[in-house]
Amino acid sequence: MHEFKFEPVQMPAAAEALRGEIRAFIAQEVANGAFTPSRNSWSSFDPEFSRKCGERGYIGMRWPKQYGGHERSALERYVVTEEMLAGGAPVGAHWVADRQSGHQILKYGSDRAKQLILPKIAAGVCFFSIGMSEPDSGSDLAAARTRATRVDGGWKITGTKVWTSGAHRTNYLIALARTSAKEEDRHAGMTQFIVDLSHPGITVRPIYNLYGGHDFNEVIFDEYFAPDDMVLGGVGMGWKMVTGELAFERSGPDRFLSTYQLLLESIRAIGADPDARSANELGRFVAHLAALRRMSTSIAGMLERGAQPIVEAALVKDVGTTFEREVPEVFRHLIATEPTLGDGASYAELLGMTILRAPGFTIRGGTREILRGMIARGLGLR
Amino acid sequence: MSDMQNDLLKTVDRIFEEQCPKTLRESAEAGVWPTALWQALEDVGITTAALSEEAGGSGIAFEDAMFALKRSAYHAAPVPLAETMLAGRLLAAAGIKVPDGSLTVAPVQTRDRLKFAKAASGATVSGTAHRVPWGNVCAHAMLVGELDGKSAVGLVATAGAAASVEKNLAGEPRALLQFERTPLIEFAPLDGALARLEAEGALYRSVQMAGALERTLEYSLQYANERVQFGRPIAKFQAIQHMLAILAGQVAAASAAADAAVEASNLAPEAFSISVAKSRVGEAAGKGAEIAHQVHGAMGYTREHNLHYSTRRLWSWRDEFGNETHWQSRLGRSIAAQGADALWPMLSRL
Repeated sequence: MHEFKFEPVQMPAAAEALRGEIRAFIAQEVANGAFTPSRNSWSSFDPEFSRKCGERGYIGMRWPKQYGGHERSALERYVVTEEMLAGGAPVGAHWVADRQSGHQILKYGSDRAKQLILPKIAAGVCFFSIGMSEPDSGSDLAAARTRATRVDGGWKITGTKVWTSGAHRTNYLIALARTSAKEEDRHAGMTQFIVDLSHPGITVRPIYNLYGGHDFNEVIFDEYFAPDDMVLGGVGMGWKMVTGELAFERSGPDRFLSTYQLLLESIRAIGADPDARSANELGRFVAHLAALRRMSTSIAGMLERGAQPIVEAALVKDVGTTFEREVPEVFRHLIATEPTLGDGASYAELLGMTILRAPGFTIRGGTREILRGMIARGLGLR
Repeated sequence: MSDMQNDLLKTVDRIFEEQCPKTLRESAEAGVWPTALWQALEDVGITTAALSEEAGGSGIAFEDAMFALKRSAYHAAPVPLAETMLAGRLLAAAGIKVPDGSLTVAPVQTRDRLKFAKAASGATVSGTAHRVPWGNVCAHAMLVGELDGKSAVGLVATAGAAASVEKNLAGEPRALLQFERTPLIEFAPLDGALARLEAEGALYRSVQMAGALERTLEYSLQYANERVQFGRPIAKFQAIQHMLAILAGQVAAASAAADAAVEASNLAPEAFSISVAKSRVGEAAGKGAEIAHQVHGAMGYTREHNLHYSTRRLWSWRDEFGNETHWQSRLGRSIAAQGADALWPMLSRL
């Protein structure tokens, strides 16, 4: 049986110093009117804010300096991430590149890819999307049909990716494609490619979400040419890399802070002298948050030590997103208001926006059901 | 896990495996004191593990003492280990010598208040304390009371004080202790003793529940892998797998909350992290026990299977030293009073 052990971490002094720095930066930005915390989330796309983060050294924090990184620890990076989310900063533009794509390129990319792309990510001027899901391949990622065929000097990619968040404004995505026919082992024969969305052979079409927002896209590859030096890792290694990447994608504070701004505004709406029920619910949420943060920082410590806590990350995401989804469902009872369409300018709008986004919390980055299957495997049940 | 914890784990697990069989749990529920088990724990210094060396402790770090307590709960050991540790810590904090043997604490319910009064020689205690854990069994009790309007701690012999005995759902004795000008063996002032008793009691119950939850998960995994229905182990059914994944999440969150509270409470109980722990672990106890029983089906509903030794403890302990509502409410009021901007600094310093 897999033992889930969430060892405590001690935040280094450097991380705590950084915490103060980030708080001051966010307070200044809010004071300058650069953004309003309650209107934002980690999917808020604001290239100007990302550029400022790049300037200040908040992107690519763990990477070597030769690629524009800052050679900081996983825990320092964690502190930046959680402070940005808690402060409602619009980090969406650089989020994916910083959280996972850059790390993949650093670990598996060619020299040219590293030199060309990483410094721009770290500068906050180069953004990524994720190219995993397809029309017939969502949770069942190994069913991907996008094909890459060998040509002189590289690969030609043809197929379709969907739910590609931000692809209409990002620069690149990392595409998972089939490079050899399906064998007995359906996880074999998959390869990852860095795809430049500005090159020929790429068409990006919007898929509007349920509230009319444009975040998702369909990305169609029509004989897109990927040179050999834009292959990530070895040919056929795609599956292993994708699953490794998920430990980064799933364990962070973004998996339990999506509704944190609503929690804060709810505390303000409830006021200093809550009734019994409000006090209980508030206390319960705070207890959940504290436990989640502890588990999540523990995973940051595991990543720091070079471990791949894939199952633990799935567990944090499952528990964390369950919590996130409860927040609007509970506060709507405590603060009687009719949720209103809008971007978060009032409590009613923030509640409305949160309710409309909530279904995504337990789908994006691996559905709750897939995660529970992974946890079950970790428990020795499959 | 530290080397110390590894050694401790082997020692306490050996003791519980050898000295705490099902028959002993059953006889303890029938009222028989587990002499050999307690003696074995005393012999290796577990019963004094939460004390500093100056106070007669065995030189074990507080976190390791709590780890031993967690294992005792994992093994559903029917002994007042938490109470003995708790009584010792408060007596030591007040500068009172900790007596040998098992100890209990009173009062444990918010409605109860004890009055201390100066007497010709020393002081006496008067008042009623409900549901004192193991109050009819432990020879001595650490009492928190008021002396001349000030918070104080006293040590009393419990002989003759138990007016009646109830049992919690796990069959552990909970005694009604009545004192009428009963002489205190020793007493000393201690500021905030009642709050400390409540908070530290909640911490220990959280640690115990985390241990019992771990066992509950293990029983459930084992049963799901062994029990065959429709031609395969029920562990192979997705419905069961998802239930167990949820259970694992509850157990992990509970352990995280309990561990954080232990680390913060090395010297004295830390209110915020303990409020978090008792709230979160208590919730996990109810949800975890429900899933474990559902997975075990009718078998888990029998006396024969061991699951109930863990789940009956969970159902008892979550309501002792303040239930979830008590601690959530305290936490919620504190957050509301301090305002939204104070929340993140509080969470991020843990």
